[in-house]
Amino acid sequence: MPVKRDNLLEKYSAKLYKNRKEHIVQLDGEDAKIAANTRAVPGVMTARGCCYAGCKGVVVGPLKDVCVITHGPIGCSFYSWGTRRNKARVEEGEQNFTSYCFSTDMQESDIVFGGEKKLEKAIDEAVALFHPKCVMICSTCPIGLIGDDVQAVAKRAEKKHGIKAIGFSCEGYKGVSQSAGHHIANNGLMREIIGTGDRAPENIFSVNILGEYNIGGDGWEEERLLKRCGIEVVSIFTGDGSYESLQNAHLAKLNIVMCHRSINYIAEMIKEKYGIDWIKVNFIGVKATIRSLREIAKYFGDPALVERVEEVIADELSLIEDEMESIRLKLAGKTAGIFSGGSRSHHYQMLLADLGMETVIAGYEFAHRDDYEGREVIPFIKEDADNRNIEVLRIQKDEGMYRKFHSPEKMEVLKDEIELDRYGGMMRDMDAGDIVVDDYNHFETDELIKGVKPDIFFSGIKDKHSIQKAGVVSRQMHSYDYSGPYAGFNGAVIFGRDVAMALCTNAWTLVKPPWHDEPMLVGELTGGESHA
Amino acid sequence: MRQVAIYGKGGIGKSTTTQNLTAGLGEMGKKIMIVGCDPKADSTRLILGGLAQKTVLDTLREEGDDIDLEQVVKTGYAGIKGVESGGPEPGVGCAGRGIITSINLLERLGAYEEDLDYVFYDVLGDVVCGGFAMPIREGKAQEIYIVCSGEMMALYAANNISKGISKYANSGGVRLGGLICNSRKVDGEAELVQAVAKQIGTQMIHFVPRDNAVQKAEINKKTVIDYSPSEAQAEEYRQLARKIDGNDMFVIPKPMNIERLEEILMEHGIMD
Repeated sequence: MPVKRDNLLEKYSAKLYKNRKEHIVQLDGEDAKIAANTRAVPGVMTARGCCYAGCKGVVVGPLKDVCVITHGPIGCSFYSWGTRRNKARVEEGEQNFTSYCFSTDMQESDIVFGGEKKLEKAIDEAVALFHPKCVMICSTCPIGLIGDDVQAVAKRAEKKHGIKAIGFSCEGYKGVSQSAGHHIANNGLMREIIGTGDRAPENIFSVNILGEYNIGGDGWEEERLLKRCGIEVVSIFTGDGSYESLQNAHLAKLNIVMCHRSINYIAEMIKEKYGIDWIKVNFIGVKATIRSLREIAKYFGDPALVERVEEVIADELSLIEDEMESIRLKLAGKTAGIFSGGSRSHHYQMLLADLGMETVIAGYEFAHRDDYEGREVIPFIKEDADNRNIEVLRIQKDEGMYRKFHSPEKMEVLKDEIELDRYGGMMRDMDAGDIVVDDYNHFETDELIKGVKPDIFFSGIKDKHSIQKAGVVSRQMHSYDYSGPYAGFNGAVIFGRDVAMALCTNAWTLVKPPWHDEPMLVGELTGGESHA
Repeated sequence: MRQVAIYGKGGIGKSTTTQNLTAGLGEMGKKIMIVGCDPKADSTRLILGGLAQKTVLDTLREEGDDIDLEQVVKTGYAGIKGVESGGPEPGVGCAGRGIITSINLLERLGAYEEDLDYVFYDVLGDVVCGGFAMPIREGKAQEIYIVCSGEMMALYAANNISKGISKYANSGGVRLGGLICNSRKVDGEAELVQAVAKQIGTQMIHFVPRDNAVQKAEINKKTVIDYSPSEAQAEEYRQLARKIDGNDMFVIPKPMNIERLEEILMEHGIMD
């Protein structure tokens, strides 16, 4: 069995082998260790993005009533415009800026003379045209080099316009991947927004959904389910989320965490400051959704709520069971590989298992060891110069607002029953023999497809087409290939349909490219004789 | 056309030396252009008689793309042309990028006429980043003179600048023409600077004594040769000009490590 892992590594030079072997693990049933969140080796075609992508693209971009201005030359702004399918709906009397693209369009003379004035002007214009309640500034690489003080500009804008303005120094080169940008965004939201509102939830059972970006409408499906159960959603970080709702996040009773990687900082900081517990949930997959709903109900411990949740589960199940079964017949026994950013690779394994499929290879672009191995490894993660470069906020307990929902004794009991304030990581839910690859690259993708031969490969647009050309079905986990939602009971069916459709219509294996039979390049061998 | 860049520690007298020596070359009938590469834009003041010149970058910012050479190139003493690259206020933007933009623009505008004998680049302080190395990159300046004194920090800087030059000398054609000692009346100054020059593999091309005539001329917004041509100091600058005009010692510098530099300083008794 170790042959498969060695195949990925054998073509590497000694130096690269030494690096990559720590990032590639073939599970053997024991707790495994993996290297993660370290610099990608120059030359490998990594699928990672940059710090700006993590801050603007992932975390703050989806906030619909926030005017997010990209400070920098136009490219970063344009290519991050509408590229994530974080859907947003306009609320009554409110605004939605997610379809817009705001940029300072820095030119050469702005770089030479500094861009602060241009940024201030951009904010003035945005405020005059759109009257946002909140403006966020996301810095791109050159801004960090010329040292524009975006936080000071934000403070001046707050005074001038009487709005909230936040500057993020999320220059692309910071950290080793998008992950640094998530942390920077988390810090900004925690420092500037969370806790500034006073609209208490109406329902006694209330949650924030953390790390749900509403790709394809996932967040809406989750919200619908929670509402049916009688649970109020105070805010969603940040898919279809809003500045206004984030302000009140500290008044919810519980945080439920979907994407652990991108938002665990806020979950922990809210817990320290306001005492709110968090549960790692997963609404991707039928069984996972059921487990998540039950754990939320168990946390609140209200018999009526528990009963209501069971009723909702039974009802939702009854609506999808037949179709799930028919899809399962088509998909049972198929194998999958899944490589997403930071948490989906774990989440979707549950849904694939519901469909009778097995995930045999998985990995993340930018996760940390805790996403693979569980949070208990956090104290043992070696800090390096790259992650030391990212600010860690020192959180003080808010004496006025701090409260615990449960007594310490009750917490001890609950901790044994539900995944409370902890996360076990992806690898424990995988089987012996499965291969886990951190910061996967193009070469390894090709080798995995050749060696493991999964029936379907879930990843992103960067490798989609090369996977298809290899004759393997590819589905995008970042955009859902324009389908979705995939969350909850209904989402499971939609996902199942999409996967069944893709696997049963395997066009890419049926097409024979012309170069398969005859050479496309014709040349002749010359040399040896003089050309004089 | 010889393209010459003048580097040296901040405040050592690069602009003063450059303008006084170009005045000497001008007197000899040479056609010269000075390109100031300092955001303070004070490299051509003495040649242009205090004329507050509009910088290339300011002009670029205000006029957009439509710039004429006449807007940024002014003519002063002995027909010497002066251009100021300009740049941002201290603490903002990127002055180095400004130098790059400015020099590229001057080239596009045809500022480097065929009949020029000399182009002098007067560059801010130490080589702080890629932008300030622009005059010695991409075959812009071929020869460099470092202005220094017998003071320790000035020699540290000279050694450091040599490192920058050797980096580009190995890939391009730039060479070090010598150290110009702008005296601060330090004990044994000439010998010390000569010793450092020898170690680096170059020469002390001239020892410019300290003289109040320079100060007087500067207050009157003129070079010494222009303001008081018969002063002894004017002759010193003429000598420097002649030496540079006739210089044939161009080397790839061999910068020392700090320990060796300190040894030399110690040998000459300034680190007791």
